[in-house]
Amino acid sequence: MLLSCQNLSVTHAGQKNLIFLDFKLEKGESLLVLGNSGSGKTTLLNLISGLLKPHTGSVILDGVDLNSLSSQEMDRLRGSEIGIVFQKPHLIAALSVKENLQIAKSFSRKEGQNIDSLLAVLGLESKANSSINTLSEGEAQRVSIARALVNSPKLILADEPTSSLDDENTSKVIQLLKSQAQNIGAGLIIVTHDQRVKAHISNFIEVKSA
Amino acid sequence: MNLIKLSWKYLTFRPLSTGLNVLLLALGLAIMTVLILIQDQFEKKVTTDAKGIDLVVGAKGSPLQLVLSSVYHVDFPTGNIPMEEAQKLAKNRLVKGVIPLALGDNFKGFRIVGTNYDYLNIYESTPKSGSLWEYPFDVVLGSEVALQTGLAVGDSFAGSHGISVGSHDHDQHDYKVVGILEQKGNVLDRLVLTSIESVWLTHEESETETDSLSSALPSESINHEKFHQKVAQTGFPISDQPREITSLLIQYRNPMAAIQLPRMINSRTTMQAASPSFEMARLFELLGVGVSLLQGLAIVLLGISGIGIFIALYNSLKERKYDLAILRAIGASRFQLLFLVFLEGIMLTLIGALIGILLGHLFLQILVSQNDSGVVAAFESWVFLKEELWLVLYALSVGLLASMIPAFSAYKTDISKQLTRG
Repeated sequence: MLLSCQNLSVTHAGQKNLIFLDFKLEKGESLLVLGNSGSGKTTLLNLISGLLKPHTGSVILDGVDLNSLSSQEMDRLRGSEIGIVFQKPHLIAALSVKENLQIAKSFSRKEGQNIDSLLAVLGLESKANSSINTLSEGEAQRVSIARALVNSPKLILADEPTSSLDDENTSKVIQLLKSQAQNIGAGLIIVTHDQRVKAHISNFIEVKSA
Repeated sequence: MNLIKLSWKYLTFRPLSTGLNVLLLALGLAIMTVLILIQDQFEKKVTTDAKGIDLVVGAKGSPLQLVLSSVYHVDFPTGNIPMEEAQKLAKNRLVKGVIPLALGDNFKGFRIVGTNYDYLNIYESTPKSGSLWEYPFDVVLGSEVALQTGLAVGDSFAGSHGISVGSHDHDQHDYKVVGILEQKGNVLDRLVLTSIESVWLTHEESETETDSLSSALPSESINHEKFHQKVAQTGFPISDQPREITSLLIQYRNPMAAIQLPRMINSRTTMQAASPSFEMARLFELLGVGVSLLQGLAIVLLGISGIGIFIALYNSLKERKYDLAILRAIGASRFQLLFLVFLEGIMLTLIGALIGILLGHLFLQILVSQNDSGVVAAFESWVFLKEELWLVLYALSVGLLASMIPAFSAYKTDISKQLTRG
């Protein structure tokens, strides 16, 4: 088993308590986490990636209980084993396309993927040295996917990756994430309110605010 | 790609802000570098040039002017003194040695100094080529004079009246270069040395020519016999008529002389005595005010650049809070973010420090190149001092201080909150 989340709950100061359903994910498997705005989808994603500590419960990734890790160990694990695709690409504008991938690689101790090959697979080979500001929205989204994949993580987390895309591009992005996750044998969790994604990933859970 | 490269990329991504901060810092440090270089070299020169000279005696006037003109050769002499009186003083029991000086002419701004071999001995200077003067109008050039005028042993030139450029030439009799001194890094490098007799004869000739023109006497009547008599190599020249010299450099016989001799000369003779060490200490005290002002200006500039760096880093952090959150999300630790911001501050100040120090040396080079024959002309602009390393450390501490708050702000970035906002 790749990931197991049990009895997860989190309390934000001055806000309601968020309690999440238990779920498990096998290697190479994809999971869709659906929920409306404010239901705690992104909070769940932050808990899984170790960016947030749960109030109760545990996240076990490939046999490692994230609660047992120190802050530095968690940073290292996240850099090597978890790839995150954000709702907006949020690339570092001071760096070129290739440098955005290189900086992600520098925080990992793994060999990871060859950057040029990865860019070629995603159709970005001609953009390797381009400035981030010259990219189209679709290209920037693909670069952010490449950044999540570059260290060949065990788990890929995508937060609302299709929220601003039309049907055609939604399909392309989801297929790309799925195929790339399968290529490297990683688990994939997509967190979204976009019901269109259900057409591509049948395995889903719903998050509802209590 | 590592954090150093990332910091560099962030700095070059906002070139105007980075450039302005580097410029401010560099200007502050350039002023400090120039001050350090000038102060160091000036103090060394003052000490070297006054080595072996305890007292200067000359015509009454400003004592500082007397010291500057007779020891450092940078100011106008206060006037002349009768040689007879100078000779009397030389016999005083408190005087160990005297060196007479006769000033009044220059060649292309380099002063022609009439003296004897003792003057060279106090600086332990010997000719690199040729020999010392033996006859009137023989001259020995300082190394800097030879270099800048291109004169060599055997060449001749006409001296100009006065001690600064632009006066009329003494073209009745040319000086002949018989030797060039080795470079010693002292005042002799910038002087044209000859016998006192040469200076007397030059002015005697000028006067005779004027007289002969006015009285319509033939110029052949001038007696040139003296030109072929050997000049005095030590002590005073022999003369059958009353003569004047410009000043007298004195070495004390014992410490008691320092107390008694100046007082005696100033109160009982028509001459004045000035101590180089006392006068230069007074000059440093006067210059100290200006130096302190410039140092203050440099510190203000450094302070402003420190605030500028702080504001630039703080603002840029506000702009890239999400970048920092992303960096954490892709595996950067809190310490790496802290280090990243500190690195930016350090790189900014290191570049500023290096440019500032180079600018400082360049400023001094320009200053030196615009002064052909003054004290400044002897300054070395590309000498690097240990104190300059302190400037770099000082700049780095400004950078560290300015980055402290932005760096801790980056350290404390709440990633999950930031990513949720994004």
